[in-house]
Amino acid sequence: MADILKRSKALSVNPLKASQPIGGSLATLGFDRAIPMLHGSQGCTAFAKVFFVRHFREPIPLQSTAMDQGSSVMGADENVREGIRTIAEKSRPALITILTTGLAETQGADVHRNVREFREAHPEFANIAVVGVNTPDFTGSVETGYAATLTEIIRAVVPAAKDAGTYPGKRKRQVNVLANYTLTPGDLEALRDIFEQFMLRPVFVPDISDSLDGCLTAEDFSPVTIGGTPLSEMATLGDALATVVIGASLTAAGQLLEEKTGVKSYHLDHLYGLKANDALIALLAEISGQTVPERIERQRAQLQDAMLDTHFMLGQLRIAIAADADLLAGFVDLVQEMGAEVVTAVTSCNVPLLSRIPLASIKIGDLEDLELAGKANKAQLVIGNSHAVDTASRLGVPILRAGFPLYDIIGGYQKTWIGYRGTRQTLFDLANLAINFSHEGIPVYRSVYAQKPASELTDHPLPCH
Amino acid sequence: MKSTKDIAVLLDEPACEHNKKEKSGCAKPKPGASAGGCAFDGAQIALLPIADVAHIVHGPIACAGSSWDNRGTRSSGAELYRIGMTTDLTEQDIIMGRSEKRLFHAIKQAIDSYAPPAVFVYNTCVPALIGDDINAVCKSAQERWGVPVVPIDSAGFYGTKNLGNRIAGDAMVDLVIGTRDPDPLPEASQSGITVHDVNLVGEYNIAGEFWHVLPLLDELGLRVLCTLSGDARFREVQTMHKAEVNMMVCSKAMVNVARKLQKQYGTPWFEGSFYGITDTSMALRDFAKALNDDDLTARTEALIEREETRIRAELEPWKARLKGKRVLLFTGGVKSWSVISALQDLGMVVVATGTKKSTEEDKARIRELMGEDTVMIDDGSPRALLKIVHDYQADILIAGGRNMYTALKAKVPFLDINQEREFGYEGYQGMLELVRQLALTIESPVWQAVRAPAPWKIKEAA
Repeated sequence: MADILKRSKALSVNPLKASQPIGGSLATLGFDRAIPMLHGSQGCTAFAKVFFVRHFREPIPLQSTAMDQGSSVMGADENVREGIRTIAEKSRPALITILTTGLAETQGADVHRNVREFREAHPEFANIAVVGVNTPDFTGSVETGYAATLTEIIRAVVPAAKDAGTYPGKRKRQVNVLANYTLTPGDLEALRDIFEQFMLRPVFVPDISDSLDGCLTAEDFSPVTIGGTPLSEMATLGDALATVVIGASLTAAGQLLEEKTGVKSYHLDHLYGLKANDALIALLAEISGQTVPERIERQRAQLQDAMLDTHFMLGQLRIAIAADADLLAGFVDLVQEMGAEVVTAVTSCNVPLLSRIPLASIKIGDLEDLELAGKANKAQLVIGNSHAVDTASRLGVPILRAGFPLYDIIGGYQKTWIGYRGTRQTLFDLANLAINFSHEGIPVYRSVYAQKPASELTDHPLPCH
Repeated sequence: MKSTKDIAVLLDEPACEHNKKEKSGCAKPKPGASAGGCAFDGAQIALLPIADVAHIVHGPIACAGSSWDNRGTRSSGAELYRIGMTTDLTEQDIIMGRSEKRLFHAIKQAIDSYAPPAVFVYNTCVPALIGDDINAVCKSAQERWGVPVVPIDSAGFYGTKNLGNRIAGDAMVDLVIGTRDPDPLPEASQSGITVHDVNLVGEYNIAGEFWHVLPLLDELGLRVLCTLSGDARFREVQTMHKAEVNMMVCSKAMVNVARKLQKQYGTPWFEGSFYGITDTSMALRDFAKALNDDDLTARTEALIEREETRIRAELEPWKARLKGKRVLLFTGGVKSWSVISALQDLGMVVVATGTKKSTEEDKARIRELMGEDTVMIDDGSPRALLKIVHDYQADILIAGGRNMYTALKAKVPFLDINQEREFGYEGYQGMLELVRQLALTIESPVWQAVRAPAPWKIKEAA
């Protein structure tokens, strides 16, 4: 439906986009005892690490193949093999992903061959999953990098049903959940709770609520992730009752999982707003054969009440959103459900979902585009990441922080957005921002004939416009 | 792209003590076991604080996308440096060879939108590999649009952050410094004292901390032509050749700038630090000494006397709280000894210090300050650091932000000393912030709360 406006400038100003290797790293970090290794120069890894540390406020396992002048020109196959071996020896992880960067891809690296070579040379590390993924930063975004990496991990470690003897429904309570990058640790915890109320056991793939949730563990240091989806669990995905795929970006990953295991998958674009969560709850009722629990009914009614309370502030509110496609789709549905208008939508790269988002147009661009269009379209509120805080302040409007990265607030990484409860809190947050900022009061008028005390004129001077 | 020979020349820095042994400042990183940034990272860190310049990162998104607007450095006016700019190269640009053209138009766009006094273009890995001639693009853009366009050829794979600092410094010396003479002194400043022009190299004004020091320099009649690069402007960098003396602040990273300015313009330089009372006073004395002005020397001594008396009185109540506390200090190079002296000023005990990046001279100085049996740490891995914390019963780890979560996850008090921090510790006044932050973490009740087991666990154990 939406008209996609392509990038029209030479220079990207105040970029919105985060790179594919960032997305690939995030997907990897949702597995237990995992570590991503970026195939590029050291800086690729250093920047990605700082990016995550600032967002999650956690130590982040991340390595580099450390390409230098020589290997950039002469070939870096040895860097990849040596890097894998070093990590395997030192840290004994369960999963290593090799994520390519623009440098490696431009040079013409073939990490899949390097992984095969490593396998042949080092049978002693056969129990460590090693997965190569093409994630150059000259194409795609955090969203596509995350999706590609999850797809490759599924391809590498989920056994085909006929080889492993798995069959759908063998585990009668298990539901696989492919979770996209928009789901925070807080979201996943809330989602687990919802599934469990239907007597279902969700297996999140990946599960950053177990690895990046800010938990103080007994171990004082670990070179790999502590927590996340265990690799052993990946072998059971074929025995599940169903798979729920959250996020349009994971469509291919969901299809691949279904092909390999025969477990039927159900696709949901997002879990923001009443309608989307109704779809989830109806689906879980169907899959589990249970009636909807009373607690959830009550939360739904609470959300409806909140929608009534907040529609005064959110109705006709002119909103500008900067987000990757999956997140954009969620927010557009959420705020349109409340009668708000999305007057400006900017996203980082073109994906099939965009054309389905019910907006007149979506701009592929940066935060400068958001700023200029937001100004022209008289936006009253911005939704975007921490980089957009300056944008909003130049526009003179409030901002709801969402997406990646969130570095200027504490705990942004664990905010719960989804479910009836998460949606209700999001509506409250939006309404509170709108109450305080977007209200255009009537200017004070003083009659020249009025008999007010003369001192008022000096003590309360009228603001001059 | 820089040739291997160009890089070898940059690595050979006669003013750096590392030169004598091996080129260890630029040691080859090991795949799968490396940490730290790249040359682009270093170049950007060194120059981004020049606040009114349009800084364009020429490359695909990861270089700028993950790093823009990510430093604690502050500006007193211009804010253009906080606007992230990148050519955000696409696959088509790379395959079809359109990246030079995109860069050319990007420079025009930056000039049209923001009217900067200059544009800096940072080269990154991909354009370096495909052979973009950024020097030529910058040259023709400069001719075409009439604004200085400075190429910083800093592809990440050239080497470490340290090398990137030098590349950045070289670019300033070769292309910017010496292109303008300083403004005449403002009339208001002519109060009967001789004003001397000086530069500071490697001062980044993190969290605005240099503003604790600058008023003192003003009072002494030291006009700072430029700090490279905290709160600097392009027009200030242009005049750096006219200084009478340069101070290398706290870091050898841009020592090539000081050395080259000495070679080309005969400007003497000295090395110093504004961390701690002792070092701040020493830096001020060194200025007076280098400028060889008796009146300045007398006024400097008077100022030091006044400031030291004042700050020591203000620190007194804090000293009682911090005295005897044991510190594990893990920072790079010169910072080690400069921070040691600040901590010793407070009566704290430094039990061990990192020396991975320190030169032999730095190490000698550390021994002089701390005694012969000082523990010097070369292995900065999280495990090794935590072991030393436990073995030497340190009360606090002072290190760069990268180690913050190493400490916190191990339930060890921590103070961030690197460039990302949000607090300024320089000068006499900065010591007050330092003690406040030290006491805040060391005395916090949270350590007890996170170390103690849950009540039911105690019961179980009993």
